[in-house]
Amino acid sequence: MSELIRKNASELVQMLAKGEVSSVEVTQAHIDQISKVGDAVHSFLHLTTENALAVAKEVDRRRAAGESLPALAGVPIAVKDNLTTTDAPTTAGSKILEGWIAPYDATVVTKLRQEMMPILGKTNLDEFAMGSSTEFSAYGPSKNPWDLTRIPGGSGGGSSSVVSSFQSPLAIGSDTGGSIRFPGAVTGTVGIKPTYGAVSRYGLIALASSLDQVGPVARNVLDAALLQDVIGGYDPRDSTSLKDSLGSMVEAAKSGSLKGKKVGVIKQLSGAGFQQGVQNRFAEALKIITDAGAEIVEVDCPSFEYAIDAYYLILPAEASSNLAKFDSVRFGMRVTPEGNPTIERVMAATREAGFGPEVKRRIILGTYALSAGSFDKFYGAALKVRTLIQRDFDAAFAKADVLVSPTAPTTAFKFGEKVADPLAMYLNDIATIPANLAGIPGISVPIGLADEDNLPVGIQFLAPAHKDAALYEVGAALEGILEGIWGKRMMDFAPKLEGN
Amino acid sequence: MSDVTPDLVRHLANLARIELDESEVVRFTEQLGVILDSVAKISSAIDENTPSTSHPIPLANVFREDIIEPSLSQEQALSGAPDQGQGRFRVAAILDEE
Repeated sequence: MSELIRKNASELVQMLAKGEVSSVEVTQAHIDQISKVGDAVHSFLHLTTENALAVAKEVDRRRAAGESLPALAGVPIAVKDNLTTTDAPTTAGSKILEGWIAPYDATVVTKLRQEMMPILGKTNLDEFAMGSSTEFSAYGPSKNPWDLTRIPGGSGGGSSSVVSSFQSPLAIGSDTGGSIRFPGAVTGTVGIKPTYGAVSRYGLIALASSLDQVGPVARNVLDAALLQDVIGGYDPRDSTSLKDSLGSMVEAAKSGSLKGKKVGVIKQLSGAGFQQGVQNRFAEALKIITDAGAEIVEVDCPSFEYAIDAYYLILPAEASSNLAKFDSVRFGMRVTPEGNPTIERVMAATREAGFGPEVKRRIILGTYALSAGSFDKFYGAALKVRTLIQRDFDAAFAKADVLVSPTAPTTAFKFGEKVADPLAMYLNDIATIPANLAGIPGISVPIGLADEDNLPVGIQFLAPAHKDAALYEVGAALEGILEGIWGKRMMDFAPKLEGN
Repeated sequence: MSDVTPDLVRHLANLARIELDESEVVRFTEQLGVILDSVAKISSAIDENTPSTSHPIPLANVFREDIIEPSLSQEQALSGAPDQGQGRFRVAAILDEE
């Protein structure tokens, strides 16, 4: 395998700047890796490698001409297929959008193009980002490069598997209840859900608008910081976009430090219910964090017990109205029943044929939660729980600068293990959901392998809204110490994929 | 136990414009019952005085200047439509013949 594909984005930036390598060479090396392992891992739904090479060529031309270039110019990237692109289909993993080409680029995609990053393709996801495993993708699941019989996390398992199988150094994800952080944890990669509104949602196919957030997927913290600095910032096309600057994530990552930080361990998100190997790595990480000069405090978040329940009412309620737009009129599939059907029957037949089981389940659940007789008991109550969870965070952040927990209760599970049991599948998100309900940022950083299965474990840091930089600071510090102890990087533990 | 019945699932599916087949009705009746039984415990966490939060970040009255900006052309807006004609989306009959 080419050495180039194992380089971090920040290393590629330096090599490109020094002229040690061209962007065409870097991009071609990743395209070669896609040809080698792409079928086995099934990360991509659509490839745009020709366009990527054209961008790379233009970057090389401008560099040769001595023109100044953006920071990540020439570094390849992959984009989750729920962000619109004008040069490739956008399906959101659903049959109902098969073959649809959007008439506009998502703001994040526009920013990647302005940055002159070659976009390799669009990555797989659970249908409309509903799921934790990619098993609900209408186009088949992506595989975990650490063990091809296991899930790469979801919904952003395409992006996590792309980065962990060296098909791209960077990717874009979206996180509604953990869809960036959970895939990061189970593939030994880094994933960040920024503060709500820190990255534009314009052109993101909405799942639950009060929870959705676009963010970076990478193999290390500094790379993720480089990417957030590119995709973040105010966008007048997103009415929930934050106007104030959050500062430089790259500076925060470079200054990485734990010294003097108060780190709050969330009582409700450690211990019982978490796999032993996850608990062991988490305990070791806490010791490292203490040794690095941070102070560990315990924080109590009693309402987190209700977070999953509230989430699985709020999300379906919002999704049931967001997905009403897939009505066979303006875009996507149309199924016309026999006879002389009315438009309502066409809509119902189209949505029956176009949506998969999890999407139907959640739309129906959301329709119920919002209906007159059950509104107060379900959706109304969930909105109140959301207040309680925010209060728990307020109280916790009064005692601590950042909070920690394992990112997920288990390592990557096997295909088929949870697909028929919605409640078991929902439990994967127990540690990640509270951040979405409160709009705060979270990061998952790999902290080693579980003893019982040799699969990656992630730690999650959470910070108050707007304090994304704090996550990069502590995340980079912990990552640096761990790499020092291991004498290598997390992904160097991964088994070689066939074809490499 | 929840009171989710096949008729309720059919009614909800009709509201959501999804023409479920009978095997889905059976499956979703059971699964929705299990999910609703599980999530119903949230009512024990709150009382009538707990305020609601519908959105994580406080925002109000997000406006922009009322000036014309580039937007999609009619052709672009119609580009993904399953059927179109005379510059419009074409759909099946809105009303039954009866």
